[in-house]
Amino acid sequence: MSPAIFAATTIASRLTGVFWRHPKLLLGLLLAPPLLWLGMIYLGSLAALLVQSFYSFDDFSGLVVPEFTLTTYAKLASPANLSIILRTLLMALAVTLASAIIAFPVAYYAARYARGRWKAVFYLGVMLPLWSSYLVKVYAFKLILAKEGIVTWAASATHTDWLLNAALALPFVGGASLSSSYLGTFIVFCYVWLPYMILPMQAAIERVPLGLLEASSDLGANARQTFWTVTLPLALPGVIAGSIFTFSLTLGDYIIPQIIGTSASFIGMAVYQLQGTAGNVPLAAAFAVIPILIMLAYLTLARKAGAFDAL
Amino acid sequence: MPFNASRGLKVAAGAGLAFLHLPIVLIFLYAFTTEERSFAFPPPGLTAQWFAVAWARSDIWPPLILSLQVALFSTLIALILGTLISAAMAGAKFWGRESLSLLVVLPIALPGVVTGIALRAAVPMLHLDFSWITIVLGHATFCIVIVYNNAVARLRRLSGAILEASADLGANAFQTFRYVLLPNLGTALLAGGMLAFALSFDEVIVTTFTAGTGAASKTLPIWMLDELIRPRQRPVTNVVAIVVFATTFLPILAAYYLTRDTAQAAVAQK
Repeated sequence: MSPAIFAATTIASRLTGVFWRHPKLLLGLLLAPPLLWLGMIYLGSLAALLVQSFYSFDDFSGLVVPEFTLTTYAKLASPANLSIILRTLLMALAVTLASAIIAFPVAYYAARYARGRWKAVFYLGVMLPLWSSYLVKVYAFKLILAKEGIVTWAASATHTDWLLNAALALPFVGGASLSSSYLGTFIVFCYVWLPYMILPMQAAIERVPLGLLEASSDLGANARQTFWTVTLPLALPGVIAGSIFTFSLTLGDYIIPQIIGTSASFIGMAVYQLQGTAGNVPLAAAFAVIPILIMLAYLTLARKAGAFDAL
Repeated sequence: MPFNASRGLKVAAGAGLAFLHLPIVLIFLYAFTTEERSFAFPPPGLTAQWFAVAWARSDIWPPLILSLQVALFSTLIALILGTLISAAMAGAKFWGRESLSLLVVLPIALPGVVTGIALRAAVPMLHLDFSWITIVLGHATFCIVIVYNNAVARLRRLSGAILEASADLGANAFQTFRYVLLPNLGTALLAGGMLAFALSFDEVIVTTFTAGTGAASKTLPIWMLDELIRPRQRPVTNVVAIVVFATTFLPILAAYYLTRDTAQAAVAQK
């Protein structure tokens, strides 16, 4: 016959008692492995990155000089490098704005009108491209934007060659073909990051209470006024949440501009090329500090705007 | 509030959705083209020979196996660490909780190139060599958040009362974990693991920085990237693209069905 009150006999039950009396101990045990991993591997690497950015690179010997100096940052501020940073920022800004505009109708329809089966279709329709292979998507656009590809074919089939040629003839953004112009790079960025914009936007629109929209129309606002003064301001945290992804991902990407576009450099490409063939890790590290600073500022602002609740 | 969407909205929403999918359809079409040097549209003819050619190419198999291996190890590490963090976060409030949630999200909130160059800078400083293990280090780090998001969304819905009930009924902490917590978390962890696997399997940005040189650390995405820059038989690249697509598509679909009820809460934070 067993006793009414179980004595703590096994190690497991004794430990249970210890955890019960010292909840902090359990918490510490749970957190120790992930904290060690993230702290040592991730934060440690970021610290190494920061340290390296204060080293310098000897162009003659091709070696890193491990002494504290600001010369690498001085090199970063050269006109050529500043133009790379500016180009990347402009691209990230343009991509974010365009993604927001293309994403809004999809997110709005999915949040407000799609029901039952269609809701699932829209959700999966955005989820699948978001998760499916990045390289496959980039490759798809290499096919599409090639000079002999489907865009050129579709333009001539619909007699809109003039439109395509006019777009390619635009100063600065145009080029010989879509696959070798800023316009092409821009289109691919928009495509690849679009789902990251749609999902948080949709979540934010779904959270706008229907009652407020009814109140707005009861108070005499027309559909346009309701949209601009009620829906959009309330959905804004979702837009900002989405823009964190589109902005950050464009800032750091180096594969898309390498495969589709002019040979002009972006921050990511500069980082990749500097550390690779040249072995100039300090300058590459200094370049990488730029997106970190921008994103930390962006995340701080986004947090103030309440965008984290929309994630 | 009108209950029917305007025609303009319908068209814009449909066009947006089509824009997301048509390019992927084209990948499939070009895998069957008879033209191997250019991307001429429409394809001059259709053939299934490229699947056989791809199967016979000996340079595709080692990267495929390496990618599966890397994804498997990264997923396992992410599953363990992600579950631990979510368990800690679901419980008590503690000092530094906010900072910890930021730390978990940071590897995906910062551009991949930052994680990549950071590891690139750190590994030689520790006098270590780049190999497939360093690829796993990078992948596991950004996969943790995927598992964490799925697990924490499920834990939030789980009432703390059933854990107390389990303790009241005499279960010790390990029994509660094994018989109460794990069955409830199961599908969320499976879904998180599958998404992490899909993410690791086709990751290329961080991988190019953390991979060693030579064939021993050439993953399938790196193989594809090489083909994109220096194309050989283009349709073979398409066949591989279909394989990569299928390998990531199926886990994603499975993850969706496993977490359908909480899907909105765990909204993809890749």
